[in-house]
Amino acid sequence: MEYRISFPASREELSVLRAGDRVIASGLIYTARDAAHKRLTELIHAGKELPVDICGAAIYYAGPTPEKPGQIIGSCGPTTSGRMDAYAPELLDHGLAVMIGKGDRSAAVIDAVVRNGAVYLAAMGGAGALMGSCVTGAELVCYEDLGCEAIRALKVKDMPLTVAIDSLGGDIYKNGPEAYLKSLED
Amino acid sequence: MREISAGLISREITRLCIEANMRLPEDVRKAMEAAHLSEPWPVARDTLGVLCSNMCAAESRGLPVCQDTGMACVFMEIGQDVHISGDLYAAVNEGVARGYTGGFLRKSVVADPLRRLNTGDNTPALITVDIVPGDRLRLTVAPKGFGSENMSRLAMLKPADGAEGVKNFVVETVKLAGANPCPPVILGVGIGGSFDKVAQLAKHALLRPVDRPNGDEYYAAMERELLERINSLGIGPQGFGGRTTALGVNIEVMPTHVAGLPVAVNVSCHVTRRAGCVL
Repeated sequence: MEYRISFPASREELSVLRAGDRVIASGLIYTARDAAHKRLTELIHAGKELPVDICGAAIYYAGPTPEKPGQIIGSCGPTTSGRMDAYAPELLDHGLAVMIGKGDRSAAVIDAVVRNGAVYLAAMGGAGALMGSCVTGAELVCYEDLGCEAIRALKVKDMPLTVAIDSLGGDIYKNGPEAYLKSLED
Repeated sequence: MREISAGLISREITRLCIEANMRLPEDVRKAMEAAHLSEPWPVARDTLGVLCSNMCAAESRGLPVCQDTGMACVFMEIGQDVHISGDLYAAVNEGVARGYTGGFLRKSVVADPLRRLNTGDNTPALITVDIVPGDRLRLTVAPKGFGSENMSRLAMLKPADGAEGVKNFVVETVKLAGANPCPPVILGVGIGGSFDKVAQLAKHALLRPVDRPNGDEYYAAMERELLERINSLGIGPQGFGGRTTALGVNIEVMPTHVAGLPVAVNVSCHVTRRAGCVL
């Protein structure tokens, strides 16, 4: 199935997505990687307010290349999501609804996705030039000192994504290879 | 004795950093296109199609192919009859800094592995120097992303493990890496030497075009066998399932100790970059 979804999206909209579905995404997403995740969880632990409202939000694990004059953003593909596994369950429990990245997730993250009716979407790893061309606006939100790891608010249009882990715990990184291997037996 | 100025080397390094990040080498492009045409699994074929259009988008829009523009791995083969006027290492780092800053590439280097402050200009480069006969200087810049670098492994096997042990270790490395290194991957495999040399061999193996097999038929056959085994794992492009898990396996070997069988696998992604020149 293919769905057009605008972020932020409601839990109801996300609940129909199944691993392997294609999503054409538009709307608002935030970039955050390792260092930003560390800071966000430290703020949560300290009981302080976050610099971005993650409730219902989508976070894209990405650190773009700098934009040339006249460009909105440079190359902007996903980074390996597994490095954010240590932080993701806590953010999901605090309302984060959508994670966008690449590569498989830990059992704890999958549990947190199911528990919260969230979703994990895969962007095309290594296709930074294409993914960057879906960005129609970019604004620095905070943590400028982190350089490419700063949190940015991106406006995206028609960003091609694949549902990797759905709210029932379906996982494309398990199901996809299994389906292919089974097709060889048939 | 031939004189080459450090300034010239610096300018060439700047140019090569930008070139390597904007356009993939011909052999990698061809391997991707061939995989796209021959992939039997529909999801995988579509995925490879998107990755091929990304290469074109990068070129037409003047963007890096991947946003992880890597650490700058710089290889220099310096003829022993060359004299370099100026500070060679400083020149290379200046070239990298200018390439990554002026070329709008991402600065991905932290000065300290634990305190993690970004150096701001992607320096220092990872520099490897070989002294070779002659009066020429060959420069290769191979920016290396860390999604795939993180999936690399090294083992000190026992001689009794033999060829089968080496092959199993390589296949196991790809299996453990799964979707993380952005498959289809290219593997640089080092066998022999010592703990440190085998890792260098594996990195060096990635400089060889994927369509050029090892010159020794024994290892060329091993490269083919490994590629076949890896492409039977089912991981597929992006880990979504399919045949094309790897585009190529390059093996490099060197003599080792009677008691040892070191093996290293340097995992690289479909954005395996390199650009070079001879001065």
